[in-house]
Amino acid sequence: MSESAGANPILERLQQRFGDRIRSTHDFRGDATATVDPAAIVAICDWLRSEPGLELDILMDLTAVDYLQRRPRFEVVYHLYSLKHRHRLRLKVPADGEAPEVPSLTGLWRGANWYEREVYDLFGIRFSGHPDLRRILLYPEFVGHPLRKDYPYNKRQPRLPPRSGGGAQVT
Amino acid sequence: MSENRAVQSPPDELHSQTMQLTMGPSHPAMHGIIEIRLVLDGEKVMQAEVEIGYLHRAFEKSCEQGGWNNAFPYTDRLNYVSPLINNVGYAMAVEKLLGIQTTERCNTIRVLMSELSRVTDHMTCIGASAMELGAMSVFLYLMKAREFLYDLVEAVTGARLTISYLRVGGVKADLPEGFAPRTRKAIADSREVLSEVDKLLTRNRIFVDRMQGTGVCTKEQAISYGITGPFLRSTGIDFDVRKANPYLIYDQLDWDVPIGSVGDNYDRYLVRMAEIEQSFRIVEQCLGRMPEGPLNVDAEGKQMAPETMVDLAKLGRTEGLIQRPVLVEPTLEGSQRARAQIVNVYDRRVVLPPKEETYASIEGLMNHFKIIMSGHGIRPPAGEAYQAVEGANGELGFYVVSDGGDRPWRVRCRPPCFPIMALLSELLVGEMVADIVPTFGSVNMIGGELDR
Amino acid sequence: MGIGDRGLAGQAEAGAVHAGEGGWVSSKLDAAVAWARRWSLFQYPFVTACCGMEYMSLVSAHYDVDRFGAALPRFSPRQADVLFVVGTISHKIAPVLKNVYEQMCEPKWVVAFGVCTCTGGFYDNYATVQGIDTIVPVDLYIPGCPPTPEMVLDGIMKLQAKIDRQKQELV
Repeated sequence: MSESAGANPILERLQQRFGDRIRSTHDFRGDATATVDPAAIVAICDWLRSEPGLELDILMDLTAVDYLQRRPRFEVVYHLYSLKHRHRLRLKVPADGEAPEVPSLTGLWRGANWYEREVYDLFGIRFSGHPDLRRILLYPEFVGHPLRKDYPYNKRQPRLPPRSGGGAQVT
Repeated sequence: MSENRAVQSPPDELHSQTMQLTMGPSHPAMHGIIEIRLVLDGEKVMQAEVEIGYLHRAFEKSCEQGGWNNAFPYTDRLNYVSPLINNVGYAMAVEKLLGIQTTERCNTIRVLMSELSRVTDHMTCIGASAMELGAMSVFLYLMKAREFLYDLVEAVTGARLTISYLRVGGVKADLPEGFAPRTRKAIADSREVLSEVDKLLTRNRIFVDRMQGTGVCTKEQAISYGITGPFLRSTGIDFDVRKANPYLIYDQLDWDVPIGSVGDNYDRYLVRMAEIEQSFRIVEQCLGRMPEGPLNVDAEGKQMAPETMVDLAKLGRTEGLIQRPVLVEPTLEGSQRARAQIVNVYDRRVVLPPKEETYASIEGLMNHFKIIMSGHGIRPPAGEAYQAVEGANGELGFYVVSDGGDRPWRVRCRPPCFPIMALLSELLVGEMVADIVPTFGSVNMIGGELDR
Repeated sequence: MGIGDRGLAGQAEAGAVHAGEGGWVSSKLDAAVAWARRWSLFQYPFVTACCGMEYMSLVSAHYDVDRFGAALPRFSPRQADVLFVVGTISHKIAPVLKNVYEQMCEPKWVVAFGVCTCTGGFYDNYATVQGIDTIVPVDLYIPGCPPTPEMVLDGIMKLQAKIDRQKQELV
């Protein structure tokens, strides 16, 4: 990834405003991408959402990638979109360590809630400030975070006990 | 479900209790498996909690196990009611990563098939939700219409539902003979069915009473959750990926985007019905402007049957074989040279050579080998790409990351119904139990896409 | 129908011990009950995934499973005879499937509709049950991904033949 913002106007303005918090940018295949400091992500997203001319008001996607051998190991990837200007931006935040943690965006977008739960479920990355961080796609008894590269694809799971309760109860 | 125990009386005179009710996960509404845990006060929903993940089938991890083309069957099973759109999204994301441009005919075919898929999705959604409201005949009529389209899809791809039709760099093979008149007839028959459905539902007192005013979503909610597609358009926001960030040939076609106003279930029903008509318009335009390429050179008496060519090639008698024109069924993968080249991009790193070259020349055989065998295969440059297409539920995005190898490092599908399901619990609170059914029906939750 | 054209000899198969047990009356009764049961299958469609689309085509006018008397789904396990498990079963939903199976009353049959229920399909991974016969006993396997409705109708006919051959418990 190159250090220059290239000709992309979004990246240029981002670089101007948050220069020291931006670790790198690139424009591969026309997708404006910026890797930023984890601590700054909330401020950056807030600014991007309200700044006239940018107005990246929709959080399209929030996911993560596990680059097993690299340090930092994980990257949380955000895809933002602007309804008004029809342009996109990808933000990436590095996460690493035994218990990787990244600030949550649930304060800015309510949709981030479920996306972050999914990243926690499949990758084990925690989101600080998330109101209800628990598994979403897998069940509570599941051990491990399957989308990590060191989790075997066809690992067999123990049978779950029968569900008790459920159905109509009166509180 | 269970008996209603609240009575219409002043609460401080009569002791009433709330009731917990679990809808699902084995759900009579044929949408798949979702669990909605409700706390009810009589018929009114006080709290709703939606639990998903019952159909998690490890799509993203499965895609990392094989080659780039091996992911197509997994993408079929994402939104399994409109599988071609998923194929298109993934193929375009990988092609973006590779930096290749597909041919005009391929793009037209992709648009045509995507729109047919979109129609099947909307028909299924409207049919299933109408059935849950009691309109069983509508379901049967729409399934009948869906069969017309499934026949078309089967003629082109070989399968009705899980088609794996696309390949990186093109489509599996060309359209069959006589496709255009068959499609026009199918569209005409479907339009008849849709007009019947329209007469049965759109001004039907019961349907309107149940759908209008329920499940109202505001613009602010939709934007905060990142909702797109018919759900967003029903609130009045004009956003369709095909118009906003056009891809394939959508910007060259003449069609409209239906917009709602209120954001309730009735608006979503109307938006979907209107979108079906617009999709038919697009399909008809595609049929009219299908680019033909150079067809076979005149081969009076010189054409050989494909079995003959394969037999000769296996015996090693390949001298001059590559000049012989072969009569190959257009829907066979890697069909004859002239048709293959107008359908698939001419890029030997990515697309299988036509069958004549594979059997009749060593270069073709080696090319085929290098693409198919594990350890070889398509190798996009290291990097990442995100491609958004308009799925039936909204923006379907594929984010692919490559490390330069022959297997994807990461394939992420941005599911359009995921944020809508996140919103669902907010929509249900304050409504009656009976309103859950039309609201959930209009969400068009597809389990394969939601849980991946 | 099936009553007159099957002699006593044709019933001497595994599980159908008619001759010598009460003789002619009980075998005629068995045949009558079998006839009634096979032509009035009430299915519990445990629909999860893509096979559900083919299930919808099956119950609709084009392929019409109503000709087999099997059109009416009963969404309560108490009222259903046949558990159609349609679509992939993940580990999360497996206890629910077991629960539903156990809630059904005898006589009951289980149809594994689609290859994901037969063997796990091509989802040989951490999340999928490799065949529902690891959880519930299966009477009929219909492979296919998804099976075309014609295959399912063929399967239903085989299930009917199986019901015919079984000893019919009445109490």
